[in-house]
Amino acid sequence: MLRRALGLLPRPIAAARARSFSTDLPAAHTADATFMEAWNKVMPNMDPPKTPLSFMHPRPPTPSSIPPKLTVNFVLPYASELSTKEVDMVIVTATTGQMGFLPGHVATIAELKPGVLSVHEGSETTKYFVSSGFVFIHANSFADIIAVEAVPLDRIDANLVQKGLADFTQKLSSATTELEKAEAQIGIDVHSALNSALTG
Amino acid sequence: MAMAALRREGRRLAPLISPRTITAVRSSPLYPTLEDEGPLGVRHISTQVVRNRMKSVKNIQKITKAMKMVAASKLRAIQTKTENSRGLWQPFTALLGDLPSADVKKNVVVTISSDKGLCGGINSTSVKISKGLHKLNSGPEKETKYVILGEKAKAQLVRDSKKDIELIITELQKNPLNYTQVSVLADEILKNVEYDALRIVFNKFQSVVSFVPTVSTVLSTEIVEREAESGGKLGDLDSYEVEGGETKGEILQNLAEFQFSCTMFNAVLENACSEQGARMSAMDSSSRNAGDMLDRLTLTYNRTRQASITTELIEIISGASALEG
Repeated sequence: MLRRALGLLPRPIAAARARSFSTDLPAAHTADATFMEAWNKVMPNMDPPKTPLSFMHPRPPTPSSIPPKLTVNFVLPYASELSTKEVDMVIVTATTGQMGFLPGHVATIAELKPGVLSVHEGSETTKYFVSSGFVFIHANSFADIIAVEAVPLDRIDANLVQKGLADFTQKLSSATTELEKAEAQIGIDVHSALNSALTG
Repeated sequence: MAMAALRREGRRLAPLISPRTITAVRSSPLYPTLEDEGPLGVRHISTQVVRNRMKSVKNIQKITKAMKMVAASKLRAIQTKTENSRGLWQPFTALLGDLPSADVKKNVVVTISSDKGLCGGINSTSVKISKGLHKLNSGPEKETKYVILGEKAKAQLVRDSKKDIELIITELQKNPLNYTQVSVLADEILKNVEYDALRIVFNKFQSVVSFVPTVSTVLSTEIVEREAESGGKLGDLDSYEVEGGETKGEILQNLAEFQFSCTMFNAVLENACSEQGARMSAMDSSSRNAGDMLDRLTLTYNRTRQASITTELIEIISGASALEG
């Protein structure tokens, strides 16, 4: 009898330890409560599907004082270039021009145009050429940069840029339909941005 | 020993002598006879039927093992891509939150499934979830439309929800999946379908044996503004300054479209991963079943063979003892 009691003891402790390791966060459940209730009413025999919120790490709330560093997430469809990296400043090329973000910047949503993104950490700067995307700055000094395509500047070939620019300028002059004109114009924009990125 | 030699001879000579014509008359057409006539009218129980089954089961086992290997290699290739794309939808959820319970008039359910079969139950789960969402969002003035990616979901949904299907897209994985292809697809969907909320149903890849059905919700700009005004989770969206463009609405529209294409890209990759993983486990259990079946058939084969030898021995011995005595 004693042995069985001793056997029972470690189990609740193990269960508590298991729960503390669990990645399922209680906040995620409350967020989907209305959905889960509605689901259970309609389809009682099936488990409700999960939603993205349950797979995400929660973001820290807005601190009362300005944090010293900006936390940057720079994602591309093929990779996460930077994830939760602490930096001093980020400069992006938004549709309205160059924008710099320091920690404590006001919450902003901005659309990017082809141009250079530079990440400043201490004394070193990493520059990327970004084709387009969005940047979100949150109130808690988290910056999310989502780009469709981005390459470090040293991987761009200047000759190909010149050639591309010439090609697209020629295409624009020989374009007939609106669609062709728009495509050629986009090509010119991107290549001239590449050009200025390499020189400037 | 002589009998064994004769039996071996019998097997080779049997097709030439063709005792089948006689047996065909005698045997019933419905029940295949297990009796086999050798030369000299010696009858022994045939193991041919069992042997045929064993051969076909062994072939099936080889095929399913090969399919499992192929699925494993395809999974490895696509798994790295999927894990890299997981960061793509997180900023959007961080900004706009996740509101699967938003009450909207025009729902569009985008069901992602595979084109090929033999991948376990993942396609059926996706279809069941889509139907569940349809039921959830049914009501007066509310409508739900389907956009189907993949043959398997098409086959299941065409049966009873044909009038609700807006768009069907198949042969997605002909070329390796990339973002350009998916964004063109997303563009097509956004152009042709009117929506207030897009719900993407797919199987998220947790591990090789675990696939979680998931639904990602992308809301249109009007609904986002409505939710932001009414407070709640999107309440602090207004505090974000929107840079550029003539109107805030234009930027938010671009944002919604970009969000849709990013979530679609991740969803399509995750579903492809889940498909390969499910196929691996399905083919694995199939090979194991085939192996079990082969074991049982081997036992039956040996029993039949031993019984026929025993019968022959009994006949010989009783014949010999009859001659003696």
